Amino acid sequence: MLAAVGAGGIEDLLRQVPANIRLKGSLSIPAAMDELSLRRHLTDLAGQNHPVDQKVCFLGAGAYDHFIPAVVDFLAMKGEFLTAYTPYQAEASQGSLQAFFEFQTMVCQISGMDVANASLYEGATAMAEAALLALHSTGKRQVLVSGGVHPHYRRVLKTYLSDLPVTYREIPLADGVTDLAALEKTITPDTAAVIVQSPNFLGHIEVVAAAAKLAHSAGALCVQAYNPLSVGLLKRPGDLDVDVAVADGQPLGLPLQFGGPYLGLFSARNSFMRKMPGRLVGQTVDQEGRRAFCLTLQTREQHIRREKATSNVCTNQGLLALRASVYMATMGPAGLRQAATLCHDKAAYLADRLAAAGVQRRYPNRAFFNEILVRLARPVSQIVQRASAAGILAGYEIGREYQELSDCLLVAVTEKRTRGEMDRLVEVLAS
Amino acid sequence: MELPTDRRYLITHEWHKSEGDTIVIGITQFAADELTDITFVDLPKIGTILKAGGRFGEIESVKATSDLYSGVAGTVTAVNDKLATEPGLVNRDPFGQGWMIKLKVVNVAELNLLLSAADYSKKTGH
Repeated sequence: MLAAVGAGGIEDLLRQVPANIRLKGSLSIPAAMDELSLRRHLTDLAGQNHPVDQKVCFLGAGAYDHFIPAVVDFLAMKGEFLTAYTPYQAEASQGSLQAFFEFQTMVCQISGMDVANASLYEGATAMAEAALLALHSTGKRQVLVSGGVHPHYRRVLKTYLSDLPVTYREIPLADGVTDLAALEKTITPDTAAVIVQSPNFLGHIEVVAAAAKLAHSAGALCVQAYNPLSVGLLKRPGDLDVDVAVADGQPLGLPLQFGGPYLGLFSARNSFMRKMPGRLVGQTVDQEGRRAFCLTLQTREQHIRREKATSNVCTNQGLLALRASVYMATMGPAGLRQAATLCHDKAAYLADRLAAAGVQRRYPNRAFFNEILVRLARPVSQIVQRASAAGILAGYEIGREYQELSDCLLVAVTEKRTRGEMDRLVEVLAS
Repeated sequence: MELPTDRRYLITHEWHKSEGDTIVIGITQFAADELTDITFVDLPKIGTILKAGGRFGEIESVKATSDLYSGVAGTVTAVNDKLATEPGLVNRDPFGQGWMIKLKVVNVAELNLLLSAADYSKKTGH
């Protein structure tokens, strides 16, 4: 190769690189290992982890320890499917496009919206993209966000908006849910979006339809962040008059895997179809009239519309969208309802047992899905540490994000938790 | 290509035709041909106030999405609703049935600042 480019040797090739930026000596990395040694080394490193399946997990706060049927791993790991993103020459991969098309269809069904994209990176960016859609389609400049929205999502949104001529304001919580009176006072004709999360970060179910009504009366859009599993039991965003629905798809067959990669679900009403971010798969026919799939509405995307594109997102979470598709198709409406019901009923059982043992919910009158906020008599971190020593991840120390709740623990319950595990948690928390 | 001389043009391919105190706006045959099959035309609401040189909408074809501009200031008094269901009218009859908006203008004389058919032809080479 050196001969082909007319270089006498490696030094000759690198001659054009200024000496002062050339690396002198070798890189400070260990010597190469053979495959056997490398595998042993990686196994040792992996052994230092504390995998969630070796603990009893009541930790939630946006990512949940749900059961994943074996078929999800089996189908998603098939070589024909195993790719991270929408392939280049997308139409050559009809199988992937069909999977994404079915994914979009199911996202529409669970969210109750008209149109869904082929996924975004995760819940937080999906919510930020929804805010951008609202700003672009209303031409207004203010975004109102409930303090009940996941704190990480709010941070990502602030970063997205930081260089735009846009005002970001938070609506405080009252008694564990969005203060609608405060929202009504804060909303102006310049409000582009009202963003709420339900169930909210404290686990409580919000009156989303009321927030949507306030938003619409001011000419703003209502965006809801939802939990895709909760709609097995709760009303869907589309039933609550929401304009854009966003979610993290992690509960749909995605392992916790170090906090990511996860999956952004994004769906909206038809009228916003052309303002949507990301990739969209459409169904069409080929030249012989057979059913076929294609990327559609691409003229709003960056590779064609350049700086006027609706979004910078030009890809999707292909593999994770595939996992979610397999999960949703496997569970079906009845399965999703059953899983959601189990989550809620078990959380209700735990709340009752805790109350009987003297550990009360912080806001006992609020409805919840699968997460309960309880007030502890002793320092929360101390109890969490003690539980951890007993093999239990007791929950999320919510004081890390909400100072006024520093005596509270946010406890998530999934269908995987057994009565015995919950009774053990009660003992630890009540002690 | 036959270019109507009863109207004025923008270098961005919009035509402007005076009808009393209103101005009708559409795009030229050349622009429609270049876009190829038009799939969607996003038009403003009636009552929208436009500045001269301001963007009034968006046109999408199978190839591209482009902004639409008005060469004169005014208030939108009518939009061509037919384009919502039949955007192909812009391809078939861009100077007639494919019109897009009507404006009640502030100053009709602004129209004379736009390109004549001959100047549009010369500047765009069509």
